[in-house]
Amino acid sequence: MIIKQVSVFLENKSGRLNEVTQILSDAGLNMSAFTIADTSDFGILRLIVSDPERAKLLLKQNNFAVQITDVILVKSPNRPGGLARMLNILNAENVFIEYMYAFSNSEETAVIVLRPTDLQKCHDILQNHSGDFLVNEGQYSF
Amino acid sequence: MIWNEKIECASRDEMDAIQSERLIQTVKRIYHSNESYRKKMQEKGLVPGDINSIRDISKLPFTIKSDLRDNYPFGMFTTPMSEIVRVHASSGTTGKPTVVGYTRNDLQMWAEVVTRSLAMAGVHKNDIVQVAYGYGLFTGGLGLHYGTENLGATVIPISGGNTDKQILLMQDFGTSVIACTPSYALYLAEVMKEMGITPESLNLRIGIFGAEPWSENMRKEIETKLKIKAIDIYGLSEVIGPGVSCECEYQCGMHVMEDHFIPEIINPETLEPVEHGEMGELVFSTVTKEGMPILRYRTRDLTRLIYDKCECGRTLVRMEKCLGRTDDMLIIRGVNVFPSQIETVLLEMSETEPHYLLIIDREETLDVVNLMVEVQEQFFSDEIKQLETLRKKITDRIQSTLGISIRVKLVEPKTIERTAGKAKRVIDNRKI
Repeated sequence: MIIKQVSVFLENKSGRLNEVTQILSDAGLNMSAFTIADTSDFGILRLIVSDPERAKLLLKQNNFAVQITDVILVKSPNRPGGLARMLNILNAENVFIEYMYAFSNSEETAVIVLRPTDLQKCHDILQNHSGDFLVNEGQYSF
Repeated sequence: MIWNEKIECASRDEMDAIQSERLIQTVKRIYHSNESYRKKMQEKGLVPGDINSIRDISKLPFTIKSDLRDNYPFGMFTTPMSEIVRVHASSGTTGKPTVVGYTRNDLQMWAEVVTRSLAMAGVHKNDIVQVAYGYGLFTGGLGLHYGTENLGATVIPISGGNTDKQILLMQDFGTSVIACTPSYALYLAEVMKEMGITPESLNLRIGIFGAEPWSENMRKEIETKLKIKAIDIYGLSEVIGPGVSCECEYQCGMHVMEDHFIPEIINPETLEPVEHGEMGELVFSTVTKEGMPILRYRTRDLTRLIYDKCECGRTLVRMEKCLGRTDDMLIIRGVNVFPSQIETVLLEMSETEPHYLLIIDREETLDVVNLMVEVQEQFFSDEIKQLETLRKKITDRIQSTLGISIRVKLVEPKTIERTAGKAKRVIDNRKI
């Protein structure tokens, strides 16, 4: 399934991450997953939240640079080789992954957020494959 | 040694006579050969006949940097291009540089004033002078070069940068005089120390330093670290280049070559001449230049003039070290930088807004410039590589405009102060 991820620009200075989490907490928005990509000067915080549009609005009101990006939610068996199998398929089809991060919500399955260069192509490949990679509506709740 | 004793030790009356005669001729020539000067004089109701002596100089209109820009590139020249044998240029307030032109006689006069400067500093014909100012459009390198040749000393035209080679030549050629920016001199000292080269193992005895402001403390530091006499030389391309004034061995103010460049000090607010010896803005009129004479050019440098006879025997008026300016021009690594140049670049780029903060530090001995630019919502990308590309684009544009390297830092929106009035756009942490 394709879902909306919230990305926030953060300068590398103390307290900023704190502020983001506080704003979301005050609004009662739950974070299911997040990751930070950082360089020497700045970072990008990527979040999966219960209401991305509202999160964007609130963060913007607090002067953050925010963007909503479509990402694909996939799942993988929580055992050696589970992820490799899926990535091999995408690699064979020349799908380039910009970034990805994983969170585990059960002993058996890991949920992975994928941001490929070509979102639709990647989604279609995974959907048409027999491997049952995609997280489908209703399979995962925030 | 005093290179031109007749001039450099002339009495005040003699100097007045020389200046008066030359000023009268210059005004006459400019009025008849340059439209923009003629217009400015007419606006003040002046004709050449109103200028009869040096005392009339304050009647003349001022020239400012934007006059040069408005007449870009050659509109300030007063001779046909066939007479101009060289041009130099320095960075202007906008993308366009400030251009100056020299006739053959101008170059000869320039060599003469640089020669006088070198002689004041104690350089003689047996010296080996390493010119580590940049050669090119900048007046520093070629200015020092021809003055050194004219003196009869040996010039090493190495130009700027290439520190290892600078040190190698100092060792192998027995360089006795180094000419560069004072901050580069300190950098050279540092690298030498790292390489385990002591100043005692070199032949260096004099440094001719200019093109940026430097304090007495910096002088002490250079003199201790390099075991040399550090001499301050002053100049600006609009007037001629280096050699407008220079310190003698007594290091008590820079002797102005006032038979060629008449100095005045004005109050930058009222534009009226200040009392003798008072601090104010330095203004120059050239009275022998042919290619691009300039009348009452406002340098924006703050200083005062000292008319007492110097211990060295020279009577040429002295100006104190310039430590302040009346505009927002910054001198970074010897390069003139106006904050408005940065604003122009940011405005030209659709991805940025003209809100920025320039932070200048002196790390070790080199100036380091950090530029903070806000990330705009609509151009904030979720991907690092796109933000890095944007940062590189800003860096490249600004570097090519300013001519110095900078570090661009992307910051969050609305974190840079906004005010209706004059916003603080520059934080200069250098201790000069």
